[in-house]
Amino acid sequence: MPTAKKILLISTLVFSTLILSVCSSSKNASSPNSETVSQQKAEQPSKAELEEIYWARIDSSKMNFTEADVKFMTGMIGHHAQALIMSRLAPENNASSQVQTLAARIINAQKDEIATMQTWLRDRGQSVPEVHIDGLKLMIHGTGMDHSNHMNMAGMLSQEQLVELSNAKGKKFDELYLKYMIQHHQGAVTMVQTLINTDGAAQDEQAFRLSTDINVDQITEIERMKRMLSEIQSESQ
Amino acid sequence: MKKNRFFSRKPFQNFWVFLIAIALVTYACSSTEQMMDVEYSSPNVTSLSNVESPSPDPRVGLEAGLFDAEEALWNLNKLSSTPPPKDFLGVTNSDLAFKGNYAIQGNYNGVIVWDISDPSNPVLVKDYLCPASQSDVSVYGNLMFVSGEGYSGRLDCGTEGVQTAVSEKRLRGIRIFDITNIEEPEYVANVQTCRGSHTHSVLKDPSDDENVYVYVSGSAPVRPEEELPGCKSVSPDEDPNSALFRIEVIKVPLSNPESAAIVSSPRIFEDLEEPPSHGLAPAEKEALAEAKANGAFTFEFNGSERVMSNGLTQRLLNVLIEERGGTAGEPTAADSAALRERSTELVNQMFGGGEDSGRKGPNQCHDITLYPEIGLAGGACEGYGLLLDISDPANPTRIDAVADSNFSYWHSATFSNDGKKVLFTDEWGGGGQPKCRESDPMEWGANAIFTIENGKMEFQEYYKMPAPQTSQENCVAHNGSLIPVPGREIMVQSWYQGGISVFDWTDPNNPVEIAFQDYGPVAADRMASGGSWSVYWYNGAIVSSEIARGLDIFELQANPYITQNEIDAANTVKLDYLNAQGQPKFVWPKTFALSKAYVDQLERNKELDNTTVEMARQSLANAEAANPKVRKKILTELADKMDGMASGNEKVKMLTESVRGLASNQ
Repeated sequence: MPTAKKILLISTLVFSTLILSVCSSSKNASSPNSETVSQQKAEQPSKAELEEIYWARIDSSKMNFTEADVKFMTGMIGHHAQALIMSRLAPENNASSQVQTLAARIINAQKDEIATMQTWLRDRGQSVPEVHIDGLKLMIHGTGMDHSNHMNMAGMLSQEQLVELSNAKGKKFDELYLKYMIQHHQGAVTMVQTLINTDGAAQDEQAFRLSTDINVDQITEIERMKRMLSEIQSESQ
Repeated sequence: MKKNRFFSRKPFQNFWVFLIAIALVTYACSSTEQMMDVEYSSPNVTSLSNVESPSPDPRVGLEAGLFDAEEALWNLNKLSSTPPPKDFLGVTNSDLAFKGNYAIQGNYNGVIVWDISDPSNPVLVKDYLCPASQSDVSVYGNLMFVSGEGYSGRLDCGTEGVQTAVSEKRLRGIRIFDITNIEEPEYVANVQTCRGSHTHSVLKDPSDDENVYVYVSGSAPVRPEEELPGCKSVSPDEDPNSALFRIEVIKVPLSNPESAAIVSSPRIFEDLEEPPSHGLAPAEKEALAEAKANGAFTFEFNGSERVMSNGLTQRLLNVLIEERGGTAGEPTAADSAALRERSTELVNQMFGGGEDSGRKGPNQCHDITLYPEIGLAGGACEGYGLLLDISDPANPTRIDAVADSNFSYWHSATFSNDGKKVLFTDEWGGGGQPKCRESDPMEWGANAIFTIENGKMEFQEYYKMPAPQTSQENCVAHNGSLIPVPGREIMVQSWYQGGISVFDWTDPNNPVEIAFQDYGPVAADRMASGGSWSVYWYNGAIVSSEIARGLDIFELQANPYITQNEIDAANTVKLDYLNAQGQPKFVWPKTFALSKAYVDQLERNKELDNTTVEMARQSLANAEAANPKVRKKILTELADKMDGMASGNEKVKMLTESVRGLASNQ
């Protein structure tokens, strides 16, 4: 893996070269626009030229990342994968329709995000963790990270907790699922916090968007789950 | 269809026409010319319960491409499609604001100003490079406001980003520009906020002409206190000045925008659905005491003491061992003592006990739509839709809140013009994910329509753009605005790569799509972000900010579900400026188009019989062709006649009122 500094250097170079080569008015943010307008009119680049610039810009934007971003994406793939394991238990463990809906949405959301994070890593030439789930067993292939690295991430359930969850049925499952998923989501929020506290991290537009989307989605879901949990608990009082 | 049925009618049945004709001849005609009925057209109208959408849906299976993607259009004409200026290519285009003939388009690299006087040929006026995500834009008077939220936004508008977690060069908040000369925006002020500004909404208080207020919503984490003093990311229970669980209100003196500053941070979520808290049950207390007696570790969680499971105990011991560099699995007595001492802290660390732990209710809003004319705002705030009273601009208060188990993330709101309905969107997945596949439920990532009665919101129905999209297309409900067709609620809305959907939600229980546009994916083999971020109606043009492709402009094409008269009536509404998040109240000038639009609607909804519809059309056509004096008389007669028919029908009353208004304008 390239070092953070190296990546930054490359990205700065590529970006500035690109700006220099394609931009007519980037020297100064507030340069007089008359020049810009007349130049634009005179040039009228073809659609094909614009498309070339577009993809070049997209490619160069992929260089603007650091080790912290890579670590975040790699870790979050495994983190999300455990949420899939937990959520897939809901139908067979006779969860309430409310919890089944929540679990289905978590599966849908986190599966898509796993795909996004895998693409993000692949686009940047990084090793891409592949997720394999066998019942309660989670295997992550394709990275240097070993199992215990994943298990030590914030909010991850221990294998013991997963077994406990898989043995719970009905209302008991609902309660435990919500408790554990709140814990799991809070871990993801912590991971985002760690990311943004790191120098140079989340400068990449996609990394910023993805991490803040995860942050806000999971905070929202935590709140919803707390509400669901307190409803269940007050019912059983 | 052209009609001239004067001579085919039995004179007795058309007695009133004769009366008018005779009256006109004696009253107005100086020549010997006989007053004749003029020709008029009857548009083809079809009830919304019988909408025939194109089948198979042409949005399915479109070829991919950036500037050459295949495109499907239904009941919309495309007027232009303009790629972004070079500096902004390949960088996300975001929200739109309008002023005069200008469309101002946000982009993660800055702001793009277009002259759209000729919507078929937008002219680039200014490409202002000043990176910030999301560059949400608004205007008021000579000021332009731009949101900055990302970590790479700089005070000096530099493109190099900010490479340290704490930096005095970072801008997260609101940038303020003077656009007196829109060709040269002048960057006059910043207001930094703790969470940055994901979106913002500008509030012009009808009773205050000296200031505007900017409501700031930020959805990214709180910045460190070392970067912006006073920013605290803890529960407000611990610190009343916490940046969490609040929005920010900036007051901007129009004559001195440099002194813009935060004037209040309303905690509009306070006590929202605070669940009943309860202590431990006696049996639980007993079990806890027993476990402690047997040497179990305990910790505090959500305010009560809990027994630590064996698994958790092992993991936390390993964390402590790791801290001192020991071998995992071999705890010493000192490790155990340390765990007893620090159990709550370690558990919080592992389970993310930081931001918002224990506190209920939403933490912030994504977007707030202000509707000052009715004194209300719709707040889309995480898991809730809020109704706010904004009659005191600096101190909004919550009137009502709704949650919905199908809604993941409340994103934005749009009121009906009369303020009796509100539509919220759910940006499930944040906009970067493909949530419109065949397998994605129609209730997820959709709109939810509510009626508002006595300050209470009641759910009615969902609406989701119906055409299934590929997994290469990010798609979910996003920004839109009303199209001011009088007497109906019609909205045009962005669905990212799901395209643009125009739908009628006059009947809140039965939203119906009546027009659309969609491109194929930006890329065929992978997810490349694109699609319409925002689409708004502005003075007859339907303007879309395409994330990847630039600026698209459309107009409605007359069809059985919206007639040309209805489109013409909508286009009589002229706005001086538009921020879609500061919803304007539409007022329709009394025009022939307005009256004709109502007649078309009365026919479509079968609220008037055909004879009356034809009579009204004939009268309006005659009046339009006549000189002002005759016109006034014909219109007054028509209004009087309609008065007698209204019998409680709202739409007939609206028609009567518009005809009478038209008469009095003569």
